[in-house]
Amino acid sequence: MDIKIQVENLKIFFDKNEVLKGVSIDVYRNRITGFMGPAGSGKSTLISAFNRMIDFEEDVKIEGKIYIDGVDIINGDIDGVSLRRQIGTVFAVPIPLPRSVFDNIAYGPRLKGITDKTELNELVRDSLKKAFLWDEMKDRLSMSALKLSGGQQQRLCLARSLALKPEIILLDEPCSGLDPISTAKIEDALNELKKEFTIILVSNNTKQIARISDYSAFFYMGELIEYGPTERVFTFPSQKQTEDYISGKFG
Amino acid sequence: MIKTKIDKEFIVKIILTTFAFSSLLFLFLIFSFILFEGLPLFLKVGLKKIIFGFKWAPTKGSFGIFPMIISSFFVTFGALIIGAPLGLSCAIYLSEYSGKKMKMFLKPALELLAGIPSVVYGFLGVIYIVPIIRNNFGGAGFSLLATSIILGVMILPTIISISFDAIMSVPKTYREGSFAMGATKWQTIYKVVVPSARSGILASFILGMGRAIGETMAVIMVAGNALKIPTSILDPLRTLTGNIALELAYATGDHRMGLFSTGVVLLVIIMILNYIANFGIKRRVIK
Ligand SMILES: Nc1ncnc2c1ncn2[C@@H]1O[C@H](COP(=O)(O)OP(=O)(O)OP(=O)(O)O)[C@@H](O)[C@H]1O
Ligand SMILES: [Mg+2]
Repeated sequence: MDIKIQVENLKIFFDKNEVLKGVSIDVYRNRITGFMGPAGSGKSTLISAFNRMIDFEEDVKIEGKIYIDGVDIINGDIDGVSLRRQIGTVFAVPIPLPRSVFDNIAYGPRLKGITDKTELNELVRDSLKKAFLWDEMKDRLSMSALKLSGGQQQRLCLARSLALKPEIILLDEPCSGLDPISTAKIEDALNELKKEFTIILVSNNTKQIARISDYSAFFYMGELIEYGPTERVFTFPSQKQTEDYISGKFG
Repeated sequence: MIKTKIDKEFIVKIILTTFAFSSLLFLFLIFSFILFEGLPLFLKVGLKKIIFGFKWAPTKGSFGIFPMIISSFFVTFGALIIGAPLGLSCAIYLSEYSGKKMKMFLKPALELLAGIPSVVYGFLGVIYIVPIIRNNFGGAGFSLLATSIILGVMILPTIISISFDAIMSVPKTYREGSFAMGATKWQTIYKVVVPSARSGILASFILGMGRAIGETMAVIMVAGNALKIPTSILDPLRTLTGNIALELAYATGDHRMGLFSTGVVLLVIIMILNYIANFGIKRRVIK
């Protein structure tokens, strides 16, 4: 199987506080990889290293390697902006920009320099369709995105990152504030999307990870405790901590 | 035991209320005093002759302050042309680019800038800016240009601190959302951050204008104080505030009343500006 992201002995320090303590993990192409673990275990930090959003924090130190398609994005000559144009990110709290639905989705493509009206229209429509939002939005493209429901906003954010035509999609607890129906819609979309993309899903909801991810990783206190095919991890966890976590004993 | 506690609370409340209302009382007193002194002349000479009159010869019965109104607006916009881009850039730098240490150094420095007495600004204007203008562009140097430059610098602290607050109050998540979509820092600033802080930034400009139009000492020192509408940026001019400060010491009778009328006009202009600025700020808070 194809490895899309390869992490080798990654250590991340905030000030002197070691938040990731030597994590190594292979993330596979066209799969959904679930990251789970209790609060503060370093999931979001790891994600922010993948898209180099971590560069915006002060006093960070990174050691180790992250290869995306074989290119080292930590030590290599990589610029964060172009990296983020290949990686879509969806955050826990949907954060549409205070503009119309259309402009939210066209924001990324326009930054890349796409101005052609028909091309933008097509991109917006495709992205909305892939995010399972087109039917609800097709007559309301010029409405302010802030007026959408929480679930719609989150799918808008997904659509917005799809419009960048990324290869990787990172989702950091995308369903934490959503009702079951909206959650199901996002999960349906992700199941379709993995045919085209490599997806990493951070979730505190172990049931969700079990439901839709192909591979599951369990993090605890900055360490990767367990990683493997979801079925195996959930039926025969090799570590006691993993077992405790998925059976709801802590976390 | 319980009773004494309540009494103390009550006394504190009474004292605070009194103080709070005393400042309102001062405002009211100032207001009515100026109106009381200035309005009779409006009734006697006529609003139109004062506001749109070109000739200011108060001892000969001409009370036209139109050139001064225009001059006040000229220097105010001049100050804005200089102060707004500088101040906004500075606020953006402070909030988006400078690190914590730089912020800790720059913020107090800016507050110091606000604390420098205006006579010092005027003094610097007279010994540096006026000669530079005279030697390079001609004229006396005491001019619209010199006044605009000095006022532009004087309103910087107002513009910077209020736009800085407005920019800082743009949620971090907006920036992250923009970065996550592959925007550069500058793209994020001009497409997301500044538009989101727009009303606060506009409010800072308007409050800056209020400060510029009300400034007196520094203006008298560098404006030249000529009684006509300036036709070029090198012409001298006299502002509403300058008019009052220059003549009040020796004015009597109708002349004195004319100065108070000038004050009434000034007060109305400043009130309008403040109203607009508050409107902008309120909208931002509600949003
Ligand atoms: N900007 C920062 N500065 C300092 N410490 C940070 C910063 N961001 C995260 N940390 C610390 O890093 C550790 C890991 O945080 P992280 O957000 O990655 O956890 P998480 O697994 O995503 O948790 P959650 O499930 O609550 O989202 C925490 O102890 C946190 O306090
Ligand atoms: Mg997190």
